[in-house]
Amino acid sequence: MTYFKSESSSVSKLSSSQKKIKTDNPFYDPSLQKRHAQARRFKFLTVASIIFAISFLVFFLGDMIVKGLPAFQQSYMLIDVTYNEKTVDSTRKAIDKKYRRIVSRSWLRDIPAMVEQDPSLMNTTQATWVLVNHQVDQYMKGHYYKIKNKYLNIVKEKQAVGELELRFNTIFFTHGDSKIPENSGIKSAIIGSILTLIVTMIIAFPLGVMTAVYLEEFAHDSYWTQLIEININNLAAIPSILFGLLGLAVFINLFGMPRSSPLVGGLTLALMTLPIIIVSARAALRSVPDSIRQAGYGLGLTKIQVVQDHVMPLAFPGIMTGSIIGLSQAMGETAPLIIIGMIAFIPDSPSSIFQAATVMPAQIFTWAGMPERAYIERTAAGIMVLLSILISLNALAIYLRKKFEVNW
Amino acid sequence: MTNEIKDSIKVRIRDLNLYYGNNHALHNINMDLHKNKITALIGPSGCGKSTFLRCLNRMNDLIRSVKVDGQVIIDEKNIYDKDVDEVAVRKRVGMVFQQPNPFPKSIYENVAYAPLKHGLIKKGHHCDDLVEKSLVQAGLWNEVKDKLKEPGTSLSGGQQQRLCIARTIAVQPDVILMDEPTSALDPISTEKIEALMLELKKKYTIIIVTHNMQQAGRIADYTAFFHLGDLIEYDETETIFINPSEKKTEDYITGRYG
Repeated sequence: MTYFKSESSSVSKLSSSQKKIKTDNPFYDPSLQKRHAQARRFKFLTVASIIFAISFLVFFLGDMIVKGLPAFQQSYMLIDVTYNEKTVDSTRKAIDKKYRRIVSRSWLRDIPAMVEQDPSLMNTTQATWVLVNHQVDQYMKGHYYKIKNKYLNIVKEKQAVGELELRFNTIFFTHGDSKIPENSGIKSAIIGSILTLIVTMIIAFPLGVMTAVYLEEFAHDSYWTQLIEININNLAAIPSILFGLLGLAVFINLFGMPRSSPLVGGLTLALMTLPIIIVSARAALRSVPDSIRQAGYGLGLTKIQVVQDHVMPLAFPGIMTGSIIGLSQAMGETAPLIIIGMIAFIPDSPSSIFQAATVMPAQIFTWAGMPERAYIERTAAGIMVLLSILISLNALAIYLRKKFEVNW
Repeated sequence: MTNEIKDSIKVRIRDLNLYYGNNHALHNINMDLHKNKITALIGPSGCGKSTFLRCLNRMNDLIRSVKVDGQVIIDEKNIYDKDVDEVAVRKRVGMVFQQPNPFPKSIYENVAYAPLKHGLIKKGHHCDDLVEKSLVQAGLWNEVKDKLKEPGTSLSGGQQQRLCIARTIAVQPDVILMDEPTSALDPISTEKIEALMLELKKKYTIIIVTHNMQQAGRIADYTAFFHLGDLIEYDETETIFINPSEKKTEDYITGRYG
């Protein structure tokens, strides 16, 4: 408000001083004041909209980071653990009774595996840093928690003597999904995403580039090529969930491919990515000057020699950029994958494209719907992992563009 | 005597008509192009001289709406016969364009690429020899011999155009077509290219499209004047410039229109 006031007062001062010299200033134009003010208002609006947009982004990212960062830490407690035949059989007996509601069930479940890995543990009792359950973890992080007073006192005692602390959460990166919050991680979703995207790229990249090369270099302008062109552009605008239905109907029901598998997910996403790759590859090919082709044909080269050795190297950076943008879009896609069952609960990482898998955005979606407080931070942390992978993919696109750009 | 004349003719054009869709662009052209001579094609813009030039190596085949009638006979074979592959024609009839258009590759690769693809040579010292020979012929060797690995586009415009000429002669054609090769160049580069053409005509038959009348006068042995798709007059350059038989030619040359 004050800004405007000072502005208007300075304007009036200016106009009064200009009135005085009106007669001897040949450049005096009374309408200029208004026109400049208009331009200033317009500039103010543009700057305001940018600030508005950026503040949204900052708010979103800030919220994500504040909510997600705690997920990268997990609480551990130092207690005595007894390893013997009896406790391997019935793992809850490995620890003192009073800790049973504090220690994570998933940690106890792993005791037989630990003993198998290190047989020297057998028949010993050792002070061990043990993973605690998510309620204690939430207490440690200062969030809302639900612990009976009896146990809370034990927790507070342990905390006071430094035998309960937050450590870096490796489980988040080494485990798949779990119904026990402290045992759940994003690893199987990351591997599922990678497998899915490999399938997507293997299908969509060659098909898309070949289609673009045909349309740009070989096809003559005819009714049919125009029809194909319109349809490709329309394909890019189809809601992605329809691709999921198509994938379900064709790949799973008709061809009988395993559902929830990266194979089907990759094929479905390939359908979605194709138009993006085709459109960007065509634009890249079109930007190669015709004189290069003329030069090639003038030397008696065949079409493939001209396209492959002279046109493609120039178009390659553009094709790469378009493909990586398509890839990152496919990476963030959830809707079509829900339809083909990739939203499944996947505790173990898939080892082939035929096994059931989930992808990162689907995992985030699953966690977002969980009631336990501990999943909220995992949701945000999952988004952070997904976003950082997307940003690195885009950085890679820029790098490739710069690297392969041929100066000519 | 007749045999001698026959030998001295490299390209014979008979009843050549060209259509862009419904547009009749070249009307019944008949012409004999002489071996080891420079023939200049002149005429106002849009008269069909570039189109005609591109008929001689079937570059017009790349444009779908173009239809060509008639014969272009090179070494007793009509290049528009069904059993002639246009790719083979373009190997024998090289072309240099108005804008220097080197490939986005190194100077060496620019020259070596096409001969390698045509199987004229194999990689190795034969290839090196051919690149050197072509660049020497194009008068570029001394300027680029130390930077053969640098991109062809790093050269100046005139050097690029000579690189394009080197690239063309590396394929060992019989005929070289030049479509206004100096119109994008400065006077000094133009002079170098003209001198180069006079050198090259000892080995090749050169046909050049030019807008520059002085250039035609300086270098061409024969000159053809085109107007609105018709070949108005075709004779020795001196005759065309000093004593043209057609009124239109005289008007154009004296600058009354065009």
